[in-house]
Amino acid sequence: MGRLVGRHGDKEMSGAKEGAELRLVTPGEAIGASSGVRAGTGTLVQGENIIATKVGWVKDNNGVVSVDPIHSAYMPRSGDLVIGVVESVRNNLWFADVNGPFNGLLPMSLAPWKVEFGAARVHMDIGDIMLARVQEVDEAHNIVLTMKGVGLRKLKDGIMANISMNHISRLRGDSDSTLNKLKEVSDCRIIVAENGRVWVDGDSEGISFMRKVFELVRNDGHKAEFNASLDAMMNQRRNA
Amino acid sequence: MGGYGDVQLLRDDGLRLDGRKVDEMREVKIEAGILPAADGSAWVQHGLNVAVCAVYGPMEAHPRKIQRQDRAVIDVRYNMAPFSTSDRIRPGFNRRSREISKVTAESLESVVLVERFPRSKIRVEIEILAAEAGTRCVGITAASVALADAGIPMRDMIVGVASGKIEDTVVLDLDKAEDNYGQADLPMGILPTTGEIAFLQMDGDLSVEEYNTCVEYNMKAAKEIHELQIDALKRRYEEKNGGA
Repeated sequence: MGRLVGRHGDKEMSGAKEGAELRLVTPGEAIGASSGVRAGTGTLVQGENIIATKVGWVKDNNGVVSVDPIHSAYMPRSGDLVIGVVESVRNNLWFADVNGPFNGLLPMSLAPWKVEFGAARVHMDIGDIMLARVQEVDEAHNIVLTMKGVGLRKLKDGIMANISMNHISRLRGDSDSTLNKLKEVSDCRIIVAENGRVWVDGDSEGISFMRKVFELVRNDGHKAEFNASLDAMMNQRRNA
Repeated sequence: MGGYGDVQLLRDDGLRLDGRKVDEMREVKIEAGILPAADGSAWVQHGLNVAVCAVYGPMEAHPRKIQRQDRAVIDVRYNMAPFSTSDRIRPGFNRRSREISKVTAESLESVVLVERFPRSKIRVEIEILAAEAGTRCVGITAASVALADAGIPMRDMIVGVASGKIEDTVVLDLDKAEDNYGQADLPMGILPTTGEIAFLQMDGDLSVEEYNTCVEYNMKAAKEIHELQIDALKRRYEEKNGGA
């Protein structure tokens, strides 16, 4: 089973050439012999074989065999821009759900406000949404967030949408080209965070247009004709 | 003869009541990714059994006391819908569903790379919409597809399949009558690529030869179901790509 390369993100897949056959594998499926190659992400060495651990496309990059997963969970890395939802508040820190396997911790000292001990709730309460950056991820998978930085703040207006981690690059386009077009067409402020969450603020028409865009990303994000469908949608709105 | 005396489960021509041969499985259909809200999902029809499975996570494990410092916990909830059998089932957890949830979680733990997500939780919800014997196996098959669909790393798929004994004959994949009036039942969770056994229960008595035949039948059936699992997963994404 295979298909022709024509998918977005192939540029990053430096091993893949236009027209080369990509192989879709499922967990446990043998990709090839383990001798002479290294096992990359999404793979495991079992005996003399490299096996896939996820559903995805096989890629071979200079002797490193890996599986480019079709769906994966967000794993926080330091420096990521994330949109978090406050889950609980203590006297001097907030815990935020960052769409990952572990909650993020925002200490009082890394918040943008001068917070009195015990008054954290005054600034941000449960359910509030924040734009933050991952400060560090330690070996015990504790995630420390920071809101000190340009543009990092509590998000008060607008909507938040979830998209699959693997569609983020499609929504952004090459060096944010698609995202900039969307901003212009929808006349909205849009922030695409690394954890698969998108924040949109603008007038109601712009937001409803963006909701349709997210629907398209969810349903057709994998398809080769995604960019064409998106362009058609944008042209339709421009001409309306 | 059968465990309940005069119930005839094998026809005179050697076939079973529903016309299957002794080593023939009921028809299996699998679909992946049917629930838009879940991170991964699957629908499995195995004979008259219908199971739907949804997977969420990995996510922060709550309450904190269930967290494991070195690995993820798999939180399985197996549930039969009240309308899944002719006698209405009282909704909610009972002794049987607790047991099945536990054994399913343990068998899934042997394939999922749980050590990749310490302190987190993977939630697996198995809902049996229609039951006709062998629902724990159907649940495991569905959970495996749903986990793969959710992008959770696994070292193999896992297939649930059962064999048993009726009228002193070993048969593959018992249906309701055979399960109720038969002599033995051997459900297994099999890793199809390596042939490892992740889960095995036995109800009734089997001789060593009969047990070996059961295992042989189960292994053969597991390979067939595995093909269907792969097909379901690949079909979902081939379609998403607009075909090859």
